[in-house]
Amino acid sequence: MKKSVAITALLFASTTVFSFAHAADLVKVDGSSTVFPITEAIAEEFQKAEKGKTMVTVGISGTGGGFKKFCRGETDISDASRPIKDSEKQLCEENGIQYIELPAALDALTVVINPKNDWAKHLTVEELKMMWEPAAQGKITNWNQVRPGFPDRPLVLFGAGTDSGTYDYFVEAIIEGKSTRGDFTASEDDNVLVQGVAGNANALGFFGLAYYEENKNKLKAAPISWKGGKPVSPSVENAKNATYQPLSRPIFIYVNKKSADEKAHVSRFVEFYMDKKHAAPLVKEVGYVPLPDKAYDLALKKFKNRTTGTVFHGSEVGVGIEELMARSPK
Amino acid sequence: MNAANNCKTLEQIVSANKRIDVVMASLGILVLMVASAMLIGVFVDLLTSGWPRLISSEFYTNFPSRHPEKAGILSAMTGTSLVMLVTAVVAIPLGVAAGLYLEEYAPRNWLTDIIEINVSNLAGVPSIIYGLLALGLFVHTFALGETILTAGLVLALLILPVIIVSTREAVRGIPRDLREAAYGLGADKWQAVRMYVLPAARPGILTGVIVGLARAIGEAAPVITIGALTFIAFLPPSPIQAEAPFINFEWLSSPFTVMPIQLFNWVSRPQAEFHINAAATGVVLMAMTLAMNALAIYIRLRLRRHDR
Repeated sequence: MKKSVAITALLFASTTVFSFAHAADLVKVDGSSTVFPITEAIAEEFQKAEKGKTMVTVGISGTGGGFKKFCRGETDISDASRPIKDSEKQLCEENGIQYIELPAALDALTVVINPKNDWAKHLTVEELKMMWEPAAQGKITNWNQVRPGFPDRPLVLFGAGTDSGTYDYFVEAIIEGKSTRGDFTASEDDNVLVQGVAGNANALGFFGLAYYEENKNKLKAAPISWKGGKPVSPSVENAKNATYQPLSRPIFIYVNKKSADEKAHVSRFVEFYMDKKHAAPLVKEVGYVPLPDKAYDLALKKFKNRTTGTVFHGSEVGVGIEELMARSPK
Repeated sequence: MNAANNCKTLEQIVSANKRIDVVMASLGILVLMVASAMLIGVFVDLLTSGWPRLISSEFYTNFPSRHPEKAGILSAMTGTSLVMLVTAVVAIPLGVAAGLYLEEYAPRNWLTDIIEINVSNLAGVPSIIYGLLALGLFVHTFALGETILTAGLVLALLILPVIIVSTREAVRGIPRDLREAAYGLGADKWQAVRMYVLPAARPGILTGVIVGLARAIGEAAPVITIGALTFIAFLPPSPIQAEAPFINFEWLSSPFTVMPIQLFNWVSRPQAEFHINAAATGVVLMAMTLAMNALAIYIRLRLRRHDR
């Protein structure tokens, strides 16, 4: 009896409730789980600063899933661990969504090996390509195939899941193609990759710098040499001064221009986000590399000018953040 | 002579069967022990790693935070409780009614067969498929949005087949005599079902409900698909309010997060301190499941006493 009352009430409620909107001002953010820790930290501080006047919600649908919602106009801001793709640009355009592209931080993709690995003092981009390209599938299975002089040991590969922006960026930077080989252990959970590489002397894997920094005692990072240059180790400094290439990448937030124009609280949130006083220490705290101060100033200016569009066209790798900010979107 | 021989073989057969009985019983106990040892192992492991957070009251009263030692599960706990409330209120009456109909009322024909096959198959459909269905149907077509109501409905759909199937099994197990005795006393069909069949089938139905709800509380995939959040530092409006009409349904349209999503997010963070939070969340999730089961068992006991 009680149950049937409850159901009637529920049905009644479901028809009436959805007619009125939310009382509190809401900033809706969704997208990449890589960017999530940064947005979470900013949101936490922003809510404190607003004293409960504005609420921020952050989801983790992934970069692609986030853009789908963003381009339907369902979210105000989209977290992205890679630049917007052409197909997503088109979707946004069809729905009349204009966006402002802002870099939030830098991430250095780290190639990690087991501490017992004493042969790979550094690796070149060409060698990484040889290990990971689709043609290597079933063929490159031993370290001694990678470079003469490497020992006769099986090559065990770990990498980010194919749905992640991390994977997309690795493919673009190293393979310069569409995908990697398929026969490696993939996981969306980077801690699984940490465990995998830490537990196998012959392993090699890649993931964001934060996961390496937290597990330095279990892992070794391979310095990377690009275009015959000196091998560079992944670190906050080397990512910031753009010497760790091509694996350091900017990660972004995309702001819906209409939301920024019409909702003052969204605009306040983005200005808080791009304020170097907040962004730099918070980004560092959650394990990412802050942009140089000047880049945050430029980003803030870009937002205030409401400069829409992306500065990325097709695949581009190894572009320094200062250079990116100096470009004007086409 | 012959009779004695026969007798001996009979004895042998009996003792051989008894031996098999003993072997099967010990095998059964072994399997049971392995299963419960695994459960206890996981629980103890989570408990020991999550202990520092479990004993801190802040863990239950704080919202998620970038500081692992300040982060709490208030929004996740509230979200899970409210979503499970919607799921139970929708799935239990619908599931039990559908099961009763199929078992007691439905005519035996091809249409019923098709429905039966589909219900059984639905129980095996991966949960993410339900999430996709809900995204298209509830979120976009019905425009219910990414809300507690949507999540409750999708989890209700998910466990509906489990409840239907267990209701049918429970009802089927009730002896015909009971019904016939009721009819003999002049009861009509609904009276027989309501007053005799349903009470007798209640333990079986409740077991199905428990299994279903326990599955729903641990689901993350369909809830993420419909757009549950990960960081949310406010609570839905309270279901109970001071002024009339005292009940408020606004919470149904509120954004939310649930425990499995919070747990998954913390597990996948680089900092080991967040993994402690994840373990503690796991313990609380298990405790919530057990509490839900305890509630069901309590209801069962009470009803039984009531019947007498």
